[in-house]
Amino acid sequence: MEIPYTVENRPDTGIYNAKLGIWLFLASEVMLFGGLFSAYVLLRTGAEPGMWPHGWLDVRLGTLNTILLALSAITTLLAWAACKVRDFGKFKFFHACTILLALSFLCVKSYEYHDKFIHYEIALNDGTFADGHLEEKSPDFDLKAKTGTITILGRIVNDRKELMDLRTYKPVNSKIEIKVADILKMQNYGPWHNTYTAIYFTMTGLHALHIIGGTIVIFYIWAFNRKMWKTDPERFTNRVEVSGLFWHFVDLVWIFLFPVMYLT
Amino acid sequence: MNDWFARNILGMPVPAAVGAKPIDDLIVWVHYLMAVLFVGWVAYFLYVLWRFNESRHTRADHVGSKSPFPKYVEIGVVLAEVVLLVGIAIPLWGKNVQKFPDPKDAVVVQVQAQQFGWNYRYAGPDGKFGQQDMKLISDSNLFGIDTNDPAGKDDVQYYNGNMHVVLNKPVLIYLSSKDVIHSFKVISMRVTQDAIPGLRIPITFTPNKLGRYQINCAQLCGGGHSSMSGGFVLVESQDDFDKWMKTKTAAATPTSFE
Amino acid sequence: MQATVQQFPPYRPDDADEAAAHDHGHAHHEPNFLSKYIFSTDHKVIGIQYGFMSLCFLLFGFFLMLLMRWQIAHPAMAVPLFGSLIHWACGDMAPAVKDQAGNLMGYAISPELYNAFGAMHGTIMVFLGIVPLAFAAFGNYVVPLMIGAPDMCFPRVNMASFHAFFLGGVVMFASFFIPGGAAQAGWTSYSPLATTIPTNGQAFWLVGMVLLITSSLLGAVNFIATIIQLRAPGMTWMRLPWFVWAQFVTAFILLLAFPPLEAAGVLQLMDNALGTSFFLPTGLAVAGKVGMASGGGSPLLWQHLFWFLGHPEVYVLILPAMGVVCEIIANNTRKPIWGYKSLVYSVLFVGFLSFIVWAHHMYMTGMGQTIATFFQITTMAISIPSVIILTCLFLSLWGGSIRINTPMLFALAFLPMFGIGGLTGLPLGLAAADLYLHDTYYIIAHFHYVVAPGSLFALFAGVYFWYPKMTGRKMNEFWGRVHFWCSFVFMNLVFMPMFAQGIKGMIRRMSDGGINYSAAHVPGAIDTLPQNIMELNWWIFAAAVGLGLSQIPFIINIFASMWIGEKVGTNPWQATTLDWHTPTPPPHGNFPSEPHVVRGPYEYSAPGHEHDFLPQAEFPNAAHAAHAHH
Ligand code: HEA
Ligand code: HEA
Ligand code: CUA
Ligand SMILES: [Cu+2]
Repeated sequence: MEIPYTVENRPDTGIYNAKLGIWLFLASEVMLFGGLFSAYVLLRTGAEPGMWPHGWLDVRLGTLNTILLALSAITTLLAWAACKVRDFGKFKFFHACTILLALSFLCVKSYEYHDKFIHYEIALNDGTFADGHLEEKSPDFDLKAKTGTITILGRIVNDRKELMDLRTYKPVNSKIEIKVADILKMQNYGPWHNTYTAIYFTMTGLHALHIIGGTIVIFYIWAFNRKMWKTDPERFTNRVEVSGLFWHFVDLVWIFLFPVMYLT
Repeated sequence: MNDWFARNILGMPVPAAVGAKPIDDLIVWVHYLMAVLFVGWVAYFLYVLWRFNESRHTRADHVGSKSPFPKYVEIGVVLAEVVLLVGIAIPLWGKNVQKFPDPKDAVVVQVQAQQFGWNYRYAGPDGKFGQQDMKLISDSNLFGIDTNDPAGKDDVQYYNGNMHVVLNKPVLIYLSSKDVIHSFKVISMRVTQDAIPGLRIPITFTPNKLGRYQINCAQLCGGGHSSMSGGFVLVESQDDFDKWMKTKTAAATPTSFE
Repeated sequence: MQATVQQFPPYRPDDADEAAAHDHGHAHHEPNFLSKYIFSTDHKVIGIQYGFMSLCFLLFGFFLMLLMRWQIAHPAMAVPLFGSLIHWACGDMAPAVKDQAGNLMGYAISPELYNAFGAMHGTIMVFLGIVPLAFAAFGNYVVPLMIGAPDMCFPRVNMASFHAFFLGGVVMFASFFIPGGAAQAGWTSYSPLATTIPTNGQAFWLVGMVLLITSSLLGAVNFIATIIQLRAPGMTWMRLPWFVWAQFVTAFILLLAFPPLEAAGVLQLMDNALGTSFFLPTGLAVAGKVGMASGGGSPLLWQHLFWFLGHPEVYVLILPAMGVVCEIIANNTRKPIWGYKSLVYSVLFVGFLSFIVWAHHMYMTGMGQTIATFFQITTMAISIPSVIILTCLFLSLWGGSIRINTPMLFALAFLPMFGIGGLTGLPLGLAAADLYLHDTYYIIAHFHYVVAPGSLFALFAGVYFWYPKMTGRKMNEFWGRVHFWCSFVFMNLVFMPMFAQGIKGMIRRMSDGGINYSAAHVPGAIDTLPQNIMELNWWIFAAAVGLGLSQIPFIINIFASMWIGEKVGTNPWQATTLDWHTPTPPPHGNFPSEPHVVRGPYEYSAPGHEHDFLPQAEFPNAAHAAHAHH
């Protein structure tokens, strides 16, 4: 006996194996991100008053990425439709778009990451805090030896709380040169900075991994499955549909991430 | 009856706190239910194994038991559980976590667990705890009491040994932890509460027997978990307690080990 | 019904075997060792791979436990026989013991090492022992056969699942050998402890867990899809053997409960590796050192995420076991299972409820009235379907013609053993009672009665029961009974005393068995552990050794019977379900010709038939197929 329903639907369940498989897989994915979102909620509600950041991310970039993914969702759909009507050329075109959109999403994301990694909060010995993007380090810069200077484009505040909420006012930044000797503690806005950056990097990072994985799969089908298109277009179409379902899920996750991370 | 069952069948130690009896009763009641079910089922079980062994019952009958009895048993179990739940367990827990004594007429102690021992802190004569700051913590300042806060000046703090409390007077404990999760368990008082870093959880009990009771650390907290046995609840008379408190405040260095 | 019975010939081994043989002839490429055993995609091979691995891990987990029991009974004394082995593996965590003269007596187990053993015993037994044996091994081997499928839905995914499992096992095992030793924060890995212990063992544990979780997820998807899509014609939902139902629900539990732990694992890994503080509150002062982390996290968050898996997980440990017991009881009472429908609905109900009881492991974390009320109610509620399941199994015995053999002995023993474990769960479910019992050996006894003489016995039963299907030979009956009776006695001698210790207030996870809390150690203090309770430690150790020895006949039996076991036909137990109506061992593709299911799973002793069992399926094309080859 051979395994049935690999391509055609099973009459009484009305679905073929791979499609059911991906739906089940997505169910577990929902629980995965569900767990992370509930972690987010607990951390945020548990944060000490005034210490949960707002407006730390660039909404414009977030919106741009949202649009990119939304478009990729559409092209994915069209690519599948193209397969349905057996138009291989259209399929090639639309999924090429999907892949390009995905890549540009990743570029934007990595720019945002980089922006956080060069963004420093520096506790000074006099109890104030310097905060801003790293401009340059003097050649003899050395935290241990406390020699040299560092220049940031940013501002100095007396209370960390002032760094937390950037929704209302845009801080006026200026070049500031700081002697390393005056530095108590200096840390960039990486995951370790606080629970917000931690959950931000974890969730967007995990999402980015999904994007990468999805892109690889789609690219594989796009580039290497020409033979199957000839021999077994039905199965080929199913593959496109299944990978498409996964892709739409990844987009959906972003639709939740965007408001949670950028807007609130 | 319940007490007899608790001591001789279950082997629970004699309680030494006012609130303990209801807890014991609950445990005993549940075990009655368990015992009945167990004995009943095992009896049935053994009978069936004997009665319907293939040697005695060569061909099985297709239908099997038609008796409604099992339905009754199941319904009985449900009812019993509902009674235990609604009648005893839920209200009891409510009492446990909601009814706290007024600090004024209780012995108030701050207990802070650490690897691997207990820190106690009393408010001292003024009955006020001084400000705390984790940054000030040192082995001479266990709770990191802010030294330039007057309320803190007369606070009594020390590490391990006896936690003094007064007979028949409610004890109000604010439980926390410096490092990892520990658990504050005094068997005779029927109290258990995890000590969780970052949280400050109140617990209360009213000792009604003199004596020196072992404090267990019930939660795995590292290599020294099994030897975190240096803490005791010392239940004494009001006079003895006051005497002791004097000696502590007289030697009013922020720490005085016991 | 009768008509169809006439119409189609029932399964005739010889025809089918020939057909099978022929089939094989068609399969031209002779599979070499690698593709046959390592990279096989055949659900039967994968099932056996899982089975063998998990049995080895069970043995290993038990070995760790023996060392722990020795340590509990003889704290800080040199470990006999295995001392130098441990020292070789774990280095200074197994410190040398010297006598006054200063010459080496052997190597002991340090508290840290004890904690590592404890954490790994729990982890290995649950995630590398029982789950892969109950779900992956039996599920893989039996489910497709029972539903009349040629294989799993996604054979390659199936293989990937096993490889992920294998890797996970390797990572876990390797962590014993790294400096600092394996994870030491219990199988529950509570933060901050898990993050503050200076060893990479925890990182290994987390990576291992992520691999094992991935494996389970792939498996779960595969099982559900297979059961939904590949049921043979006529195999309606209500004709599924209950074992399949149990596996079906188990798969859903794994699918939906595991991912949150995966998330939690990633977060804790970040805490350990990247210095985030998801689970670390502000102002931690570990070993007097303040500000080791940026803070702001919540230790309870970890506990919620862990137990959201942790509780459903325990039903993953028990449901397949119940399924095995159900099949064996039906077969050896020679009568239909009593209340099949209520069994089905109960198991679905358990599966659903198991997602909303998790916080009954957290009553003592300072839980308020409302939340506690909710979880007490759900916890009591979930005991009801379990009671119903047990009741059905018990009543199935009534009116049967009970045939006693090794599988049946283990299956029968399961019932009261699970009964004890389950019943002792009830007081734990009531917060105020749990207040007294929490983190004592009462808990240890509770859950071991459900997982060890419960699940484990059921799985032993399964091994004896399906062994003939896998090998074509029976395991030795006499040694099987020796294995059963010794295991049964010693198992109870091990765990029964723990109830007594727990009620007297002996705390779990103590590397010295409670010496520091013993009356001898702190004279005059109340609530210390009396002498007789301490002495039980020694008796439990002795019983555990006995339990270990009792496994020798089993291990020998399992290997020896492959060659000297009594040869049997395709259906040695005169069973009804489809797994017994294919050639033995089943060919690639399982069924020489498509089975057509015509009746329920347990048609034993149906009136008006001279045979006392009616096969579930018929093989309309078998005859023709056979003819075609003549
Ligand atoms: C297979 C595993 C398994 C199963 C099935 C169960 C079943 C149950 N468990 Fe258990 N439990 C564990 C494994 C399991 N548990 C583990 C591993 C832990 C510890 C984790 C850790 O901290 O490390 C634990 C801990 C644990 C706790 C936390 C205790 C604490 O830490 O303070 C609680 C509290 O509610 C609990 C409750 C229950 C309940 C109410 C059931 C109910 O589902 C039981 C329902 C069953 C019955 C009611 C029996 C019905 C049978 C009959 C009525 C017939 C009787 C027949 C005869 C006697 C012949 N369990
Ligand atoms: C499925 C789960 C499972 C199983 C089966 C077991 C089985 C056993 N467990 Fe374990 N145990 C746990 C899960 C389990 N345990 C967990 C989760 C903990 C908590 C850990 C923690 O605190 O974090 C724990 C903790 C725990 C403790 C408490 C330690 C402490 O708190 O300090 C003890 C103490 O005695 C113990 C003992 C035993 C014993 C004697 C067995 C025996 O029943 C073992 C029986 C097994 C065998 C006899 C081996 C059978 C295998 C074979 C025969 C293989 C054959 C091989 C081939 C054919 C190749 N266990
Ligand atoms: Cu502190 Cu265990
Ligand atoms: Cu549970």
